[in-house]
Parts: sequence; structure tokens; C-alpha cells
Amino acid sequence: MTAEPQRITDDDLHAFVDGVLPPARRSEVEAWLAANPDDAARVGAYRQQKEGLSALFDPVLGEPVPPRLTPDVVRMSRRSATVWLGRAAAGLALTGVGFGGGWFASEAVFPRMPTLRALASEGVSAHKVYTVEVRHPVEVDASQQQHLVTWLSKRMGRPIVAPDLSPYGFKLVGGRLLHADNLPACQFMYETDNGERLTLYIRINPDNQETAFRIVEQNGLTAHYWLHGPLAFAVIGEIGRDRMEQVAHTIYTAFGS
Amino acid sequence: MTSDRARLIEEQIPSLRRYARALVGARGDADDLVHDCVERALSRWHLWRPDRDLRPWLFTIMHNQFISQRRKAARRPAPVALKDDADYTATAPTQGGGLLLQELAGALAELADDQRAAVLLIGLEGFSYDEAAGILGVPRGTVTSRLARGRERLRRLMAGEEGPVLRRVK
Repeated sequence: MTAEPQRITDDDLHAFVDGVLPPARRSEVEAWLAANPDDAARVGAYRQQKEGLSALFDPVLGEPVPPRLTPDVVRMSRRSATVWLGRAAAGLALTGVGFGGGWFASEAVFPRMPTLRALASEGVSAHKVYTVEVRHPVEVDASQQQHLVTWLSKRMGRPIVAPDLSPYGFKLVGGRLLHADNLPACQFMYETDNGERLTLYIRINPDNQETAFRIVEQNGLTAHYWLHGPLAFAVIGEIGRDRMEQVAHTIYTAFGS
Repeated sequence: MTSDRARLIEEQIPSLRRYARALVGARGDADDLVHDCVERALSRWHLWRPDRDLRPWLFTIMHNQFISQRRKAARRPAPVALKDDADYTATAPTQGGGLLLQELAGALAELADDQRAAVLLIGLEGFSYDEAAGILGVPRGTVTSRLARGRERLRRLMAGEEGPVLRRVK
């Protein structure tokens, strides 16, 4: 009457580890493992592997997604069509900009995008000039944030926000109005508790194009810059490229996609 | 409609990144793989049938990208040493079970690609055996055997029963 239980195979052991055995078979495997310590040890090792893989790689789920991977950015900058996306961008921009010679991109690199050409150098200048200021780093400080963004939005003729960069440890210090090519521009300054400063530079983008993120690095300074509809953005700081990429994505998102 | 598509794909990006990181190791290479997958998914969106799960479809695309990258890499002279890549794990564990995890990461890099893919799709990403077979484009029996061989090899590597460079020539 009682059928002889089928032999326990390797496949059974793995299905047991993965929790996909029917209950009856599961009981048979359990009985087998109780009587066969070698197989029980293997099953224990396989289970530890699974837990270990999760411990190793689940943290990736919590990382901010780099902007270049998001569908909107991918679509706007098909890698095959645009030579300077992503890592290629860094290399090309670096040679184009001239590593030692300054931040000025050549006509050859961005022939039809004067705003883009000027963007990184303007942003870096703003960063260099104002981040060293101790007493007057900003015109309007963060205690009047609402007033600051209302004022800048009015002067820029576009809704301007001061993106929340606190997840990266950067708190808003304040902002100021600037100008570029006879058009208004503005900047926000952020600071960590350690005094590291970051500049978000925004200017009008009269030609209304979109681009992928461009990256330039020089002497420890990293600048990400891009055109996004009516506005052009550059974010500059002495932080690593990966962290800067996340910051840039947060800013991109804060201005709508 | 296009923003729907973008949103649906975007939801899957964290797990695509997790799998890619575990599969190819270095963060930059893994993200390149995800990038190519997203790009291809966008251009082939018309091939996705909404009555089917998006997640296995995206993983299938990424797997095919991975295979074609590997083929290209095989034609290049200097292969990338996965093991030596300091970037291998998302977090570098420094205490507790950290050492064991580092060993596991190292052992994982020793696995043949097809075994590593089976171990990860089922053990890390939680796909069923049938879904994994669909993603890898092989019969279910092939997946279960790759899974079994991959896990056993990991176990032996971790237990020191098998050296990383040992090749069985029989």
C-alpha cells in the first residue's frame, strides 16, 4: 500500500532550497536530509549562498539610479547617434575642452550649441568665484528660501526651484542672480557639514534643445552640465563622478522630465 | 503613452542593475549593460505583448546583450579580470560576515557565465525555473543542471575543496 518514496535527486535538493517543491515531496526531502548529514550540509551551504548573494547585491536596489540609465535620458541621447554620451562623453569632452587649457569647449566639439559650449566654463567660474567667499557667498540666504526662488523665477522668467540635495549631505546656503550673454542666470550654493561646497548654475537656453549629461573633470573638480528645454544647467563641486551623477539626476528630476 | 513606457521600464531598473552588477562585476560595465538593455527595450517596445510580464522580457533583452558583449570581448586581446575589480560589490563589507561575502563574490566571478546566470536569476532575482529557461533561451532541464553545477562549484570554492584555477582534465 505505501509506495516506495522516489529517490531524492540533486534537482529535488535545489527545488527544496528554492521552496518550489509540492508539500508531499518536501516532507520526503526533509526526512531524507534528517538521515543524510552530507546532503543536509550541502543544502545548508546552498541556502547560505542565496542569503550571501542578497547581502552582496541587494544594496544595489537602494542606490539612486544614474540618470544615463533612465528611459527619458536614454531616449533623448541614443548612444549610437550621439558620440559623447556617458563614458564616451567624458573622454571626448575632456579632449575637446582641453584638459590643461581651461574649460572652454571648442567649436569643433559643440558646433551648433553655443549655450552648451559656454555652460561648463560659466558654471565653473561661478563656482570658483563664490565658493571661496566666507562672508558673502550668496545674495539671499537659505533662511529666505521661498523669497529666493520666487525672485529668481521672476527674473529668469521660468519656474526655478532649489532642489533638495540633503540626501547627499548638501544643504542649501542660498543663491544669487547672475547674467550670461545679456540674459539672466542664477546660482544656488550648497554646503555639507564639512564645508564642501557645490554650485548649481542655471542659465536661459534660448535654443531650447535637450542634451544628455556631459561631464568635465579638472583638478579634482567635477562638472556635469546639460540642456533641458528652456534652461541650461551645470552642477559643479569637488565630489566624485558617481556621486555627482546622482546629484545631477536629482536636479534633472526636480526640474521636471 | 511614451511616458507610460518609460515609467514601466524605469520601475525595473533597480533589479536590472542588481542582476547586472552580480553578473559582470564592475559597476561601470554593469550599468553599460543596463543602458544598452533600456535602449533596446525602447526601440523594440512594439514587440512587447502587454499580456506578458515585462520583467522577464527585459531580462531576456539584457541577457542577449550580455551574450553579444561577451562575444565581442572574446575577440579582444585582453579580457577583464572580474576578480580583481575592486568595484565588484555594491558595498564593501568590512565586518561580521564580510570576509565570507567577499569570498562568495570572488567564487561567483569564477563561475562559467551560463552557470552564474542561472544561479543569479533563480537565487537572487527569484525567477521560477521556467522563467529563467525563457530568459536564457534554453530548456528547463538545462537551467536546473546549470543551477546545480553552479551552486555546487560555489560551495566547493567556498569550502576550499577546489582551487579557483583548477581545471578538471579527464
